[in-house]
Amino acid sequence: MISQLVSAFGAVIAGVFLCALYYWLSDKLLQLVFPVRDGDGDVRVASRNLARRASVRPWLFLGPALLLLGIYLVYPVVATFILSFYDRSGTTFVGGANYAWAINDAQFRQAIFNNILWLAVVPAACTFFGLVIAVMTDRIWWGNIAKSLIFMPMAISFVGASVIWKFIYEYKGGKETQIGLLNAIVQFFGGDPQVWISMPFWNNFFLMAILIWIQTGFAMVILSAALRGIPEETVEAAVIDGANGWQIFWKIMVPQIWGTIAVVWTTITILVLKVFDIVLTMTNGQWNTMVLANLMFDWMFRGGGDSGRSAVIALVIMAAVTPIMIWNIRQANRQSEGH
Amino acid sequence: MTALASLRRIGLPRLVVHISVLVICILWLIPTFGILVTSFREPQQIIASGWWTAMTGSSQTTAVRMADGSAARQEGDRYVISGSVFEAGQAGRVQAFGTKVTAPSEYKVGEPADLGEGETLTVAEDGSYTYTKTAPFETGRGKRVYLTVSTPPAFTTQNYQAVLTSQGIGQSFVNSLTVAIPSTIIPILIAAFAAYALSWMEFPGRALILAMVVGLMVVPLQMSLIPLLKMYNDVGALFGLPSRSYAGVWLAHSAFGMPLAIYLLRNYISGLPKEIIESARVDGASDFEIFIKLILPLSFPALASFAIFQFLWTWNDLLVAMVFLGTGRDQLVLTGALNALLGSQGGKWEILTASAFVTIIVPIAVFFVLQRYLVRGLLSGSVKGG
Repeated sequence: MISQLVSAFGAVIAGVFLCALYYWLSDKLLQLVFPVRDGDGDVRVASRNLARRASVRPWLFLGPALLLLGIYLVYPVVATFILSFYDRSGTTFVGGANYAWAINDAQFRQAIFNNILWLAVVPAACTFFGLVIAVMTDRIWWGNIAKSLIFMPMAISFVGASVIWKFIYEYKGGKETQIGLLNAIVQFFGGDPQVWISMPFWNNFFLMAILIWIQTGFAMVILSAALRGIPEETVEAAVIDGANGWQIFWKIMVPQIWGTIAVVWTTITILVLKVFDIVLTMTNGQWNTMVLANLMFDWMFRGGGDSGRSAVIALVIMAAVTPIMIWNIRQANRQSEGH
Repeated sequence: MTALASLRRIGLPRLVVHISVLVICILWLIPTFGILVTSFREPQQIIASGWWTAMTGSSQTTAVRMADGSAARQEGDRYVISGSVFEAGQAGRVQAFGTKVTAPSEYKVGEPADLGEGETLTVAEDGSYTYTKTAPFETGRGKRVYLTVSTPPAFTTQNYQAVLTSQGIGQSFVNSLTVAIPSTIIPILIAAFAAYALSWMEFPGRALILAMVVGLMVVPLQMSLIPLLKMYNDVGALFGLPSRSYAGVWLAHSAFGMPLAIYLLRNYISGLPKEIIESARVDGASDFEIFIKLILPLSFPALASFAIFQFLWTWNDLLVAMVFLGTGRDQLVLTGALNALLGSQGGKWEILTASAFVTIIVPIAVFFVLQRYLVRGLLSGSVKGG
């Protein structure tokens, strides 16, 4: 164990050293290839070399980053697209057979349906709770402590959160004492304990609760910052005009933070499309809880793996993300133009 | 005065807000608190009662046999058997007792119960009993008595000792550190150089690369898995190396974190004052020197923000580790180990809760200590609208 940690620290030092060495050496090499001498050299040569250095240097700086992005993100997107037209081992071209399979597969349709359900509930719930909590915590003296506590689940892994919630949903059969909080509450009010996570359709919502619990803090932090940025005059003016608190919130404040609400909504939407860990650990897709990311993972290894089918499923997730991606790029462009 | 401050005067009554926020906080904390308490309880108590009763102890109905007739002594005209319903070392308080299974808590403690046929039985709260009869006792098996016993709250660190050693969580903890630390630090320098180039250097294609980085931030990991797995297998076969290794995971995490890293750092570095960089250029410093001596130290807050994000993400990741490191017992990171335990030890909550707590303790500590940087990173990391 100790030797493993030592090798990890060794990797950190070696990695940082190698990176630094690359940047340093490449810079030195650049100066060697395009020399600029003080005083005695030809001024035109010197200025030409300076210009050349300036045109090459950005690519030296960007090189390692672009290499990583290219190998790990750009190339795989293209390769996955191509693989989706090939058979399970990726060797024989099968045309649209994998797509045809997907459309007719009951489990795939189930996953699409569940993903839509997640998309409809989780971003809306997180944004709504986040906004309400942000407004309330900004008005009390211990608001920052409260925010910290609500924000904390962000640091917990999805797997850890699943264990935490599985304990809440725990069911004991027969006459045993219910040790799951939810069933104990149900029993306290005279209801019958239920096996929550194997209750078709409704179990999806019990899984969603976990993600909402994790992500509300994120929405709250971002929206709280946006609320603080609202110019005071707009609210003052509304107060003078006799608006009540409710009207001020919905008609003055919310419209001014639409942009931020959209950002929060889309960020959580992307997260929801990729939701994997929670479903894997809670149900592994059983009892009609399958979602796309889990189905894709399943097909990657099921029966030795089927790269064609899982590529199709990955592409469906990608297609769902693409509109948001384009919107993000536009926003970023607009923002950098404003710089 | 902010807009919110002026709203304060006209909105909901202050008390309602205080109570609502308090309720929400409790609601948000209860799940985590539940496993924390459970992880310190004894296994028998965990299944006997809900964790919310941990402070009051649990009460259970049990049956024990009293000593048989051979232990009886004669006192006057009565025969007496006495002893304790508890075994040596067992703690608890008797709340009620009975002699019939249909009425296990028929009699109150401390009061003699008339069992008929000249028999009386007294059980005290501390478990000592006195069983008397006007005639001699039969020898053979002792009489069965049913007890309602409350056990005092008992906490233990046994569960932690068990999971850290026998359940392999200790090894997984080390594995998680091995994955997370290099994956956090290595991408920082690479991303910072790229961010500097994208902020302060003029070159054709800059806007395009920036757009690509923003786009790649949201590419689902799922798109990368199949081609990368194939590539790792091919590269492994080519050089005779194992296709699943820590080096592979470090590179994968570094690359997957790269778009966010470049974006965060570019936002920060491009906002640094122009004058500093230009005056350094006038003094004859090269871009390399400017970066090392000026930009890196000045961007510390942004570097810290990214480092926290990346650490939380790599520590909490399950998918990348499962695909690129494998699911063998020695290679499991904490999240993977916890997932495996859910399958193999489902229902053994003393193991699951203690393991879960070991898993989440590091990120929670990081979160509370470095929250400031995390929030700053979040605010500059999300593409601002409007």
